[in-house]
Amino acid sequence: MAEAMLTVTSLTGVEMTLPIAGPGTRSYAFLVDWQIRLLGALAWLLIAVLLRLLPGIAGRPLAHELLLSGAGLALATYFLYQPVLELVTRGQTPGLRTAGARIVTLEGTTPGVGALLIRNIFRLIDALPIFYVVGLVSCMLTERHVRLGDLAAGTVMVQVAPRASEALDRLAAQARRDTLPLEAVELVHDLLTRWTSLAPERRAALARSVLIKLEPGFNATVATLAEPALRRRLEALLGRSR
Amino acid sequence: MAAADDPEAALWVRAHAAEWQSLAAQATAATHRAHPTVEEALHTLRTYRVLARHLATVRSLLPASVLTTVLERTCAGLHTAVNRPPPLTWARWTRLFRDDIPVAAAAVRPIALWLAVLLAAGAGAGWWLINTYPELVSLIASPQMIDGVEHGHLWTYQILNLGPPAMLSARIFSNNVVVTFGAFCFGILFGLGAFYMITMNGLMLGGLLAFTHQHGLALGLLKFILAHGPVELSVMCLAAAAGTALGEALIRPAAETRGASLRRRTEELAPLLLACALLLLGSGLIEGFISPSPQVSIPVRLAIGLGYWTLMMLWLSGRLVPRPSGAAHRGSETAGVIDPAEQD
Repeated sequence: MAEAMLTVTSLTGVEMTLPIAGPGTRSYAFLVDWQIRLLGALAWLLIAVLLRLLPGIAGRPLAHELLLSGAGLALATYFLYQPVLELVTRGQTPGLRTAGARIVTLEGTTPGVGALLIRNIFRLIDALPIFYVVGLVSCMLTERHVRLGDLAAGTVMVQVAPRASEALDRLAAQARRDTLPLEAVELVHDLLTRWTSLAPERRAALARSVLIKLEPGFNATVATLAEPALRRRLEALLGRSR
Repeated sequence: MAAADDPEAALWVRAHAAEWQSLAAQATAATHRAHPTVEEALHTLRTYRVLARHLATVRSLLPASVLTTVLERTCAGLHTAVNRPPPLTWARWTRLFRDDIPVAAAAVRPIALWLAVLLAAGAGAGWWLINTYPELVSLIASPQMIDGVEHGHLWTYQILNLGPPAMLSARIFSNNVVVTFGAFCFGILFGLGAFYMITMNGLMLGGLLAFTHQHGLALGLLKFILAHGPVELSVMCLAAAAGTALGEALIRPAAETRGASLRRRTEELAPLLLACALLLLGSGLIEGFISPSPQVSIPVRLAIGLGYWTLMMLWLSGRLVPRPSGAAHRGSETAGVIDPAEQD
């Protein structure tokens, strides 16, 4: 199955496509977030239980209130984690970040507060009947792999490219490693482009002079090379510089 | 890279590799910058423009190459970062509360009135049902509630034993929010979900009133709901009306597609949900602190209930906060659209 893509138009009119995250990425992000919020909720409960056992608190009414407060904070952490984190991070919770995804609008922009809240309110339906079955089915059936909350809010989960800058770093490093100066590459390229339009004697002479300049160690060899061999050597030079 | 087949492209790529590396680094920095200065924002815009221009060139020189994909993703990341909504300023909040919420409420007012009628009809049906078939009360009440009422005790005054009032308020609020937002969300089922929730709540209300009436406790139940009930029930009707409007957007799309119609309607009605949540917060506090308290007399409850309801109606009709001159017309016509003058 072809990867679903979101096509957006930049402010300068250039179109860009973003790969849409599928049910797998969504589930992975959800599981990471779920673990975090579950641990957060359990931490509150643990703190409340431990505080109850402190001397001076144990057995007093305060202990009961502490437990209730701990339970309240645990529930708040568990249920508010997703909407609050999405608002704070503008659509990139830790789970989404780990899964290499983020929430954007259908125009590829950062979603607003209203859209993020709406997609979270619709979890009431998406989470039905258990374990987000409705949401998951919706993700599998819709063209953009969205759950009902995303449909209503006009949002979509896309994959981000964490390694894009690494690829450009590699490219730049490769370019720096090339020994042939850029001007020389341009010269060779220009000569090869004009090769057929030049007279054989003329292009052979030009090729020899260029090669002697660029490969001083091969002066004698270059002088004896025939025209086709000269061309191959020039092409090899250009190939090394790529 | 696919540039191997095209020397001209290879030259161009090589000449710009270092520049792209720098642009990508700037793009990453801009993406992670939460509060850029004006200079930083302008610099980011320049980076965005340069990247988009280079992307267009790379795409024509090396279509379907890795480099095109990499630049595209970098540019798209920057596109998301550049296009983000302005922070919610005081002016925006004011406009939301003063203009957008009343506009959204006005949009669903006729549906809300019909749903109030449906709620009342459901309550009437519930009253009749339990009066005629008292044994059916087990469908709408738990065995503990039934047992308590049969022994002359309303469950409403026992909820104080569940915890401190603040905790109780929080529980009631969260429960009400789930029910109310549920009524909104289930409207996506072509409005039927909202109808179902309103009818069921009406049936339960009427049935419980009939059941408590049979045991001489109806006045006690009315006394309990007097302070918080009017707003709570009105908010439920409003949220269900918003849900029904979502259903209508799907049945009769007002945009080119049903999806777009749904998105547009949701965006228009989102402010109303915020109002519902805030109103329910107030109701939850009243229900947790005032309603279960035997010390609060009926006139006081009545005054609180009517007062809070009047306050709600004034707010939702746009009469609570006066609009500055000239804002009235604009507010009614530009709901959901951010005034450029307020985008600071």
